[in-house]
Amino acid sequence: MLASVAKVEAVEGKVARAVPPVIRLVLLALAAIGLITVFMTIEAHGNWDFILPFRGRKILAMVLVGYAIAASTVMFQTITNNRILTPSIMGFDALYMLIQTVVVFFLGAARLSQMNPRFQFGLEVLAMVGFSGTLYWWLFIRVERSVHLLVLVGIIFGVLFGSFTNLLQRMIDPTEFAVLQDAGFASFNSVNRTLLGISGLIIIAVSIVIWRMIHVLDALALGRELSITVGVEYRRTIMIVLALVTILVSVSTALVGPITFFGLLVAHLAYQTVGSHSHRYTIPAAGLFSVIFLVGGQMVLERVFSFNSSLSIMIDFLGGLLFIILVLRGGKK
Amino acid sequence: MQVQSGQLSYRLGLATVGVIFLACISLVIGVYSFSFRDLISGQADVHSSMVLFVSRIPRTVAIVLVGASTSIAGMIMQMLVRNRFVSPSTAGTVESASLGILIITLLVPNASIPLKILFASLVALAGTGLFLLLLRSIPLRSPLIVPLVGIMLGGVISSVTSFFAYRYDLLQSLSIWTNGDFSRILRGRYELLWLSGALTLIAFIIADRFTVAGLGEAFTTNLGLNYGRVLAIGLTIVCIVIAVNVVTVGAIPFLGLIVPNVVSMMLGDNVKRTAPWVAVTGAGFLLACDIAGRTLRFPFEIPIGTVVGVVGSVVFLVLLLRGSARVG
Repeated sequence: MLASVAKVEAVEGKVARAVPPVIRLVLLALAAIGLITVFMTIEAHGNWDFILPFRGRKILAMVLVGYAIAASTVMFQTITNNRILTPSIMGFDALYMLIQTVVVFFLGAARLSQMNPRFQFGLEVLAMVGFSGTLYWWLFIRVERSVHLLVLVGIIFGVLFGSFTNLLQRMIDPTEFAVLQDAGFASFNSVNRTLLGISGLIIIAVSIVIWRMIHVLDALALGRELSITVGVEYRRTIMIVLALVTILVSVSTALVGPITFFGLLVAHLAYQTVGSHSHRYTIPAAGLFSVIFLVGGQMVLERVFSFNSSLSIMIDFLGGLLFIILVLRGGKK
Repeated sequence: MQVQSGQLSYRLGLATVGVIFLACISLVIGVYSFSFRDLISGQADVHSSMVLFVSRIPRTVAIVLVGASTSIAGMIMQMLVRNRFVSPSTAGTVESASLGILIITLLVPNASIPLKILFASLVALAGTGLFLLLLRSIPLRSPLIVPLVGIMLGGVISSVTSFFAYRYDLLQSLSIWTNGDFSRILRGRYELLWLSGALTLIAFIIADRFTVAGLGEAFTTNLGLNYGRVLAIGLTIVCIVIAVNVVTVGAIPFLGLIVPNVVSMMLGDNVKRTAPWVAVTGAGFLLACDIAGRTLRFPFEIPIGTVVGVVGSVVFLVLLLRGSARVG
């Protein structure tokens, strides 16, 4: 195993251009595994009984969330045929936060505390799929609109959902508000534990569906007309993909809260490095980049700067810059 | 649908009366109730007149000043950049002003309010200048790129702000500047807003120049105006107004964007004619939002930034999707 890794690295040094995508993926995976190992063992001081489950939960959350964001972003960019749009820039996670708040608003925290959190989660995801499916179908797919209009409308929808969430939260009793407060900020230190297991199951199920239709996704990337020509049942497929995207966004937002520009960053890193447009490679590559970024970033923030939950602020900064560059470059073409 | 100018000023008078009516409603809403009749006949107790003069009147005046000045600031920016969707909150101006307040708070912890405003204005100017520079580097294919770049620039700037606020434990103060709220307004805490009012008046007087500057550098020079100077004056007015408003009440999203757009949809783009309408509509809109925020969950209050955020984003969406047939 080690010998083959050394060989791979040597090969990469010599013919960097001609490295096949599979090997690039393997390298990324090794980097991710290496980082995770370091994260699990650094400064452990022998307290394994405490540290392994504690850090393990964090890692599990990062892997789940990273992969969910990466896969949903790549698929969303494929069906909208656009590499600026991402679900979170379009307000998907703001919508999920709104649905969460509406549930608390109408049911009340007392009744919610009696409810099984997994059941509540399922209910929210279901509402999210129905609502966002209709809204974004109408917005993106039904009518041909200019890309810039779409992005702008998406951003403003995000602001609207955000303000509306804020408004409802102000109208909820302060005690009930406390239930929601934690959900608003992305942080891997306050991961929703009860949902980790069910999230993992959902993500595995969604991944199986994605894997079975991976070639259909490649066909969709050709655009509407061409994909219909090669035999894709366009409307139905788009709806399915949109539903998958929505489920993934709900899972990641429920676990850690919204991280706006993360998907944009990792998707573009994947497109740039993997050297193939096939979803077989881009989705895993984006997922691995997510894990590398989240684990590495969290480690650097915790160990070097000794503070925790501002990872999402850093991501917003870098992602915002990338977005401006992408828009400006697109405008120049 | 041309409207006669005589009829128009008649309607403007009517709109002003409407705003005054809203202002009166705004005066009587609150936990402490009193009647105007008692006040006028001199029978009111000491508490009533104190509540009125220390809290209610300053608040209502502040709302009118902020509403009018922010809307006019948005109108000036739209003329100078020649784009309908540019405004202080979609060009990084507001976010830069908050960054400025944060920097001065860190450097000089007990800075006086005028110093804060001065510094916030300077940083707001720098941020808006950066936005204009970015715009120059793209040939404008779609007018929608402009607000898109502006919103994102604002996002990047505010992530820098929240990074430092987080680092130095100022997140709570930051949320005061970023979410507009009039409940803190008392006598002695709003008077600087008159500066916004005065600048708005100046903007009225020289509104024609902004229209000309909006026609482009070559055309402006051709007419004998100094393009650079008009641009500088316009942006300075905008940035000072925004800095004053953000320091005293906090940011109010979309106000400078939707009010001028709605007015120009109804009355066209003749600025001399529409400027008073923009000011009156801005004041009325903000008064209405404030009344809604104070009555929705009486006796508690919903910050006006949140109310305007909901209403404003809906109006902005309607403007975008309605106009998409033309623009897209």
